[in-house]
Amino acid sequence: MMRFLLLFSRQGKLRLQKWFTPIPEREKKKIVRDMTTMVLARKPRSCNFLHWKDLKIVYKRYASLYFCCGLDAEENELIALEMLHRYVELLDKYFGNVCELDIIFNFEKAYFILDEFLLGGEIQETSKQVVSRAIEASDMLQETMEEYMSKPAF
Amino acid sequence: MALKIVKGSIDRMFDKNLQDLVRGIRNHKEDEAKYISTCIDEIKQELKQDNIAVKANAVCKLTYLQMLGYDVSWAAFNIVEVMSSSKFTYKRIGYLAASQCFHESTDVIMLTTNQIRKDLSSPNQYDTGVALTGLSCFVTPDLARDLANDIMTLMSHTKPYIRKKAVLIMYKVFLKYPESLRPAFPRLKEKLEDPDPGVQSAAVNVICELARRNPKNYLSLAPLFFKLMTSSTNNWVLIKIIKLFGALTPLEPRLGKKLIEPLTNLIHSTSAMSLLYECVNTVIAVLISLSSGMPNHSASIQVSLRSIQHYLGLLAMSKILKTHPKSVQSHKDLILQCLDDKDESIRLRALDLLYGMVSKKNLMEIVKKLMLHVDKAEGTTYRDELLTKIIDICSQSNYQYITNFEWYISILVELTRLEGTRHGHLIASQMLDVAIRVKAIRAFAVAQMATLLDNAHLLTGNTQRNGICEVLYAAAWICGEFSEHLEDPLSTLEAMLRPKVATLPGHIQAVYVQNAAKLFATVLRGQEGAPADRTVAQETSQLLIDRLPLFVQSANLEVQERASCILQLVKYIQKLQQKDVEVAEEVTALFAGELNPVAPKAQKKVPVPEGLDLDAWINEPPSESESEDEGRKPKGKAVFAKEESKHTKPRYTEVDEKELAKRREVRKAEQANNPFYIKASPSSQKVYQDGVGVEHIPVVQIDLSVPLKVPGMPMSDQYVKLEEERRQKDKADKKKKDKKKRREKGEKGRRRKGDSGPESEEDITPAHMVDITTEEMPENALPSDDDEKDPNDPHKALDIDLDKPLADSEKKLPVRTHRPDEVLRSPVDDGEGVEVVPELKKKSGKEKKDKKKDKDRKMCDIQGNLQDGSQVVVSVIFENKCDSFIKAMEFNVLDSLNSKLQRPEGAGPHDGLTVPFQLPPGISNEARFVFSVQSIVMPQKLKGTLTFIVKTDDSSTHEKLDFKLHFTCTSYLITTPCYSDAYAKLLESGDLKGSSLKLEGVSQPFHHLLARICFHHHFSVVERIGSCASMYSRSIQGHHVCLLVKTADQTVSIDAKCDEPGLLGNVLDEIKLTFSQC
Repeated sequence: MMRFLLLFSRQGKLRLQKWFTPIPEREKKKIVRDMTTMVLARKPRSCNFLHWKDLKIVYKRYASLYFCCGLDAEENELIALEMLHRYVELLDKYFGNVCELDIIFNFEKAYFILDEFLLGGEIQETSKQVVSRAIEASDMLQETMEEYMSKPAF
Repeated sequence: MALKIVKGSIDRMFDKNLQDLVRGIRNHKEDEAKYISTCIDEIKQELKQDNIAVKANAVCKLTYLQMLGYDVSWAAFNIVEVMSSSKFTYKRIGYLAASQCFHESTDVIMLTTNQIRKDLSSPNQYDTGVALTGLSCFVTPDLARDLANDIMTLMSHTKPYIRKKAVLIMYKVFLKYPESLRPAFPRLKEKLEDPDPGVQSAAVNVICELARRNPKNYLSLAPLFFKLMTSSTNNWVLIKIIKLFGALTPLEPRLGKKLIEPLTNLIHSTSAMSLLYECVNTVIAVLISLSSGMPNHSASIQVSLRSIQHYLGLLAMSKILKTHPKSVQSHKDLILQCLDDKDESIRLRALDLLYGMVSKKNLMEIVKKLMLHVDKAEGTTYRDELLTKIIDICSQSNYQYITNFEWYISILVELTRLEGTRHGHLIASQMLDVAIRVKAIRAFAVAQMATLLDNAHLLTGNTQRNGICEVLYAAAWICGEFSEHLEDPLSTLEAMLRPKVATLPGHIQAVYVQNAAKLFATVLRGQEGAPADRTVAQETSQLLIDRLPLFVQSANLEVQERASCILQLVKYIQKLQQKDVEVAEEVTALFAGELNPVAPKAQKKVPVPEGLDLDAWINEPPSESESEDEGRKPKGKAVFAKEESKHTKPRYTEVDEKELAKRREVRKAEQANNPFYIKASPSSQKVYQDGVGVEHIPVVQIDLSVPLKVPGMPMSDQYVKLEEERRQKDKADKKKKDKKKRREKGEKGRRRKGDSGPESEEDITPAHMVDITTEEMPENALPSDDDEKDPNDPHKALDIDLDKPLADSEKKLPVRTHRPDEVLRSPVDDGEGVEVVPELKKKSGKEKKDKKKDKDRKMCDIQGNLQDGSQVVVSVIFENKCDSFIKAMEFNVLDSLNSKLQRPEGAGPHDGLTVPFQLPPGISNEARFVFSVQSIVMPQKLKGTLTFIVKTDDSSTHEKLDFKLHFTCTSYLITTPCYSDAYAKLLESGDLKGSSLKLEGVSQPFHHLLARICFHHHFSVVERIGSCASMYSRSIQGHHVCLLVKTADQTVSIDAKCDEPGLLGNVLDEIKLTFSQC
């Protein structure tokens, strides 16, 4: 099971965090700090897997963003890497050539996409089409901020 | 009101939305904290408004701030408000915020239960989806308990989108509320065969996750998973299944044998590295479970391992290593190469691997290579890691692989030359350990330590290198404790008292001082033998008296105390010496006593002597009631009571001298047998044996030109050579012996292969015969290693036997009482699955049907599950026995007047039912069909057809299979227990009509006969007296059936009574048939 997924920039700024198990706030902060320092200290072209406490850490850098996840000790690191990649693909498909700014400004969308892809730390849907269809459908239900601004308040 | 609305709209115009907030934060880089605090104030204002849109916007911003590390727990209630909005737009934001901010101790979670339940049952699937997603992040034990039923219902939702989410979240529910596992499991199992691949993969995920923690409960699912594995093409799913098998194989080696082939096929065929890696991991697990190695398979692993990325390859190898060290050892060079890798984590992995790879044979070689790396390594952390690994490798499992301890000591000494290491104490403890535990090596170790002490300036010269001076601690102690092995104690003593020593850390100085005294004792003893040389002894005393005052002035208390103590002692001895008194013996007595190593677990392993009950009270405890009374007594009284008891407690019995002497005797005998009692006998100064390997001590090299090397130290490399020679010699000796033998045996005794090959482990005899452990353990030590499972593991609660049938009380999850029961039942499932009433199996004969063509065999195994009323559920197992793909199966039965197949609404009476799955070759699957039956008095035979499409590589053909479903009368009977008085009443009532049956030539024992009737015809025994028994059963429509079975001389007579004579007649006929068949 995946325990958490973090996205952070090269400067160590957190861009997205998803915790699949409930963790107290203080511990979350500690993990985030540990992960950013650990991963950012890695030299380029070194291996994508780390061991941290009893977790396996798998990370990958896409452009200026690091995608980093913590796995149970029995998990397959390579499939986790695939999962990260699949998530990037999904983001890419949704935003169209995704960049860090897309995720910063539409961070809730990034969460929604993630929620359709993973649930409780397990893969929920392996098909890209099905995920994007679900996202589109629920976006159709959601009125945009512009609509909301132009509507009267009653 | 109107004003308020207008005001609300205007306010919103000035609201910041999320984008504004993000932009604002980016524009206020220098005073971010201040900017955010004003934003939070704004948000607080927004949250106070009634408008839900404004609130949602505020909550959305808060979620962002939460990610930046700001505390937003104060807004938890507002989040709940937004969650409960009826608009999806806001609901989505609310749930997102909740999943990010809520945790188990958030108290508002309690308020959400009903809202979540409402959303779960919402007609809009996306509302449900959002609720499930949110719930997966913040589910608490309370929520899990309250919502388990709702989620379970959702597992059979019509939309796969909901089903897969519900299945996945069940795992979280199980963790929080383990009681839900058993009731939910049957349905979860069903989902393994869901037509939607997403749901299927979700179910696989959950079961794999469950099974990995408690594999033994899931062994029965192995065949199903095996089928899934061979049929699935989805790599994500395959990986999970294969991982699951990795967990199951250790429990069932037969499974492993079955797996090896498909797995090796996958290994060779797949292009996905992740799948390959998983296969390799599981194959390794299989190999571990099979005690007999499979050389050809491990070869294939090796091939694949090379292609996997280095790091994972190394990880996998370390797993193989545990059981098949030989197959990894051949990759030694590859692993040593990894030590040169740029990536530190790879180097560390390789080191780990080396740890497991060493054997007696290659230890020296590997350590030599590592020593080279130590010299080359840049960066102290990695070098320190290397150092600890070298020591770990050598010292693992009680120095199991060390054949020559002299070599090891010299390695340790070489390691002291490392610059700036932090691990001085580690080396020191190794030196101490070896010197104490390996008696044979002491002489050599002492010589080495003496040289080390002599060259202490090299170790202490650089202040940066103070880590390593710990070694001197060990050196000083060893030289002092085993000083009788010293060749020249005087010079060592001199080295230990050099003024430079005062710069060492306090605890080391303390050891120096103490051991200087020990050395002094040795010097005295050595000198007293030759009275002519008395001056030497006196000079030694003088030396101590001169040098010790330096230590007396030490700032370290310990040093000061020891030094002044010893100084006074020496001064006194000097006086005695001047009077020509022999003092050596008395001085040595100060340090007499042998130091025996004791294993850390020794105490635990002492067996409890017979007759000793550790649980028995030594003093009888005060009785319960008394203590209770005491608790209730007012304070003053309690004090009084206590005092009183104190007075009475010490009961001295008068003991006479004789009794005392006797006790002393007993105690002495006890002490003599007790290995842990430090005996007081003064004569135990140990006479040490000389080391066996002393002749190996090479000629001391003096190499002063290289200052960094400790001069006079033998190099460890020499040992490698020496060892080689020794082994050669051993081998040659052996060969000679072999030859002799052969000659004796004549030409027949051909040389065995093993001799010509590389020497095996057993061939290598250690240079020192050292048995380390045995003497450190008490006699009769109990061989036990107890590692207990962590009792805090949350998965432990899920260790539940799932194969046990559900008890009545378990069939439904506990629900809050105010909820109507019907809600629990999902619309799709009509009382099947979870709520199965005592399961009835009707095996109306295995109807195997062979199709015309042999390759296309299909087996229908019909079992009927009967429900109350007039419904019968028939489970049919379809098994594809041909080697083509079968799809589009349609099941149809020709209805009779009495029995009808229940078809979905709107379907015509002759339409077939599509079977909701396809069958790849070799796969079987089960489908259930519901029939409605009007009368159960008569047995029924229904004709049916199964149509399907057989798909081969190039074509597909439409085929048909005819079958018959046989509903016997007994299949309408339900095993129902009955008490004998109720039974008697029933017979007396006179409503029942009788009939009887005689069976001849039944030779089986009576109880077998009864069991047969019970099993095949669903009866239960009411009473049995001798060769006579009464039995009872009930039909699904409430008919009572009573039997009286008697047996005498191979004849069985059955008198039966029933309120429905037709049914009874048929049942009796069926019983007759059963016995005629056997």
